[in-house]
Amino acid sequence: MAIFVNKTTRVICQGITGRHGAFHTARCIEYGTNFVGGVTPGKGGQKFDKDPDGKEIKRPDGSLASLPIFDTVADAVRETGADASMIFVPPAGAADAILEAADAGIKLVVCITEGVPVMDMVRAKRLLDDKYPQTRLVGPNCPGVITPGECKIGIMPGHIHRQGDIGIVSRSGTLTYEAVHQVTNMGWGQSSCVGIGGDPVNGTNFIDVLDAFNKDPRTRAVIMIGEIGGSAEEDAAAWIRKNMVKPVAAFIAGQTAPKGKRMGHAGAIIAGGKGTAKEKMDALRAAGLVVADSPADLGKAVKAAIDQRK
Amino acid sequence: MKIHEHQAKDILRNYGVPLLNGRVAYTVDEAVQIAKDLGGNLCVVKAQIHAGGRGKGGGVKLAKNAQEARAAAEKILGMQLITPQTGPEGKRVQRLFVEEGCPIDHEYYLAAVLDRETSQVCVMGSGAGGMDIEEVAAKHPEQIIKEFFHPHEGLQGFQARRLAQGIGIPAALITKAAALIQGVARAFVEEDASLVEINPLVTTKDGRVVALDAKISFDDNALYRHKATEALRDLSEEVPEETEAKKYDLSYIKLDGNIGCMVNGAGLAMATMDIIKLHGGEPANFLDVGGGATQERVTAAFKIILRDPSVKAVLINIFGGIMKCDVIANGVIAAAKELSLKVPVVVRLEGTNVEKGREILAKSGLKLLPATDMTDAATKVVKAVKGA
Repeated sequence: MAIFVNKTTRVICQGITGRHGAFHTARCIEYGTNFVGGVTPGKGGQKFDKDPDGKEIKRPDGSLASLPIFDTVADAVRETGADASMIFVPPAGAADAILEAADAGIKLVVCITEGVPVMDMVRAKRLLDDKYPQTRLVGPNCPGVITPGECKIGIMPGHIHRQGDIGIVSRSGTLTYEAVHQVTNMGWGQSSCVGIGGDPVNGTNFIDVLDAFNKDPRTRAVIMIGEIGGSAEEDAAAWIRKNMVKPVAAFIAGQTAPKGKRMGHAGAIIAGGKGTAKEKMDALRAAGLVVADSPADLGKAVKAAIDQRK
Repeated sequence: MKIHEHQAKDILRNYGVPLLNGRVAYTVDEAVQIAKDLGGNLCVVKAQIHAGGRGKGGGVKLAKNAQEARAAAEKILGMQLITPQTGPEGKRVQRLFVEEGCPIDHEYYLAAVLDRETSQVCVMGSGAGGMDIEEVAAKHPEQIIKEFFHPHEGLQGFQARRLAQGIGIPAALITKAAALIQGVARAFVEEDASLVEINPLVTTKDGRVVALDAKISFDDNALYRHKATEALRDLSEEVPEETEAKKYDLSYIKLDGNIGCMVNGAGLAMATMDIIKLHGGEPANFLDVGGGATQERVTAAFKIILRDPSVKAVLINIFGGIMKCDVIANGVIAAAKELSLKVPVVVRLEGTNVEKGREILAKSGLKLLPATDMTDAATKVVKAVKGA
């Protein structure tokens, strides 16, 4: 089980011939992801068999990868049976790439691209909801999704992960790696990790992922990592109180962030006095979560959340 | 990106938003000329800075004639204007907006923002114009009227009228107010704004509805398709270190503490600030060096951090994922040598090739303090600052 992705997920990369797309596709293949092709308009018919340094790409079984490149996602889906896409298309074309994937019938679209205009996402999200309800979008501006040992779609370092039963959901990239690392160091592992991204308008939200972890037999407990800005953590707190049967630990980044300043992520801003870390931590504590004050205690916090139930 | 009031008004005029006549002035003489051109009657001389609350700080003055306009301009131009939004050091006024006066009947508040919860645009208004809207929202949320729309559909006429009515615009002026509100909504979408704020919006005794003030902020990610907007950027209004950081694709925000931070990833960067504070220290900045922490970027980041004279120690916290720790360690050492660092630097590396990275740092002969984890790093850097 695990959520969203597993051994059978058939993945393509949109923007596979760009530097980042090529580099990370190579790393995903080396990790063992079932990559079946790529898309770059105008480069259909070519092969993807080398990373940007010109090195051959080896799968974990030692075989060399050679993926077909297509002009459109529709072609890729027809020829390869792909059901997931990793997007590295530059910001100006990212929303269009998301919709192209959805229109071609891709079930899971993971958009890594950072810097997509908000209004593009507002428009794309409405079209996804109205016309392509069967497609799940993760991101944009996110590290991706991984089910350790089975499938990695994104830019996270695969080797820090370990198969296990802790689910992780986060708005941040490297802070997620920190959580993964702490869990792995405890001798535990992760069921799946989902980076939902740091933008103000995104696809999958905390509640979608929590709901999936709640239903996933492999997941025993969840670490949720939020940050300042918006009210997604407060909404999640309300949902958890009503629906979550598994223990959840949380951390909110930005307790010391000043008001009115965007902290790196487009969505990480305390605007109109709303979206402070304190409000979010209070809401999560009130919903019964173990909330860590320190980012060094993410592993300890999830252990405490589990022990509370014993 | 923020722009000045006079620039925001130029944009809103294209969307049919009714405004008073006025022009921008960079000298006192220009300001006097504008006052004369406006008829030599009542006019308003307004400081142009990227912060609200200008009236409270003495940055907005009424003038009954050109002579008074000169006195007002002399007073405001060049002043260090302190408002609740500028911080205690204030901002130097380098340009003025001289605008005709009007017989105000009542003041209202109007703004368009993105509503993250519904992924739609929210247009909100209140009858409590001129007031701090955050205060109204906190004390009297029922006084804020909201209408939501999606850019595919736009704000409908009936929604604009309902909003106008809801905030208490007199019946005879509702159609005029609704047109203004729809103009603001359209400007928000078409200009890729993150905020359009009219505070105050006024009704006049002679039956007009006018945007007396205007503020627009833009979505930085969409500036590539608004070249004309990008040209409005006033670098003198921005923090020089933050502008410098952008050149190197670094995300930097200056804070008040004395511990400089260099971190990869926005979330981890915020968390690093948090853990410094938790251990009794104060972060001097937020700095995200991004995914590829190359030697050039680490050097640029170091330079920007050390430009702040209050920095007494630096904490480097890098989770090397795709970037290998040995590469990062070499970058840190090269940058440290190039800049002949004088403050203590605590380095916490984790991730790919971490052992190699730590060994490189240890053998460098530089005064770099290695840390094993985030807690260790925070403890060490706080101690370094207190010992200094």
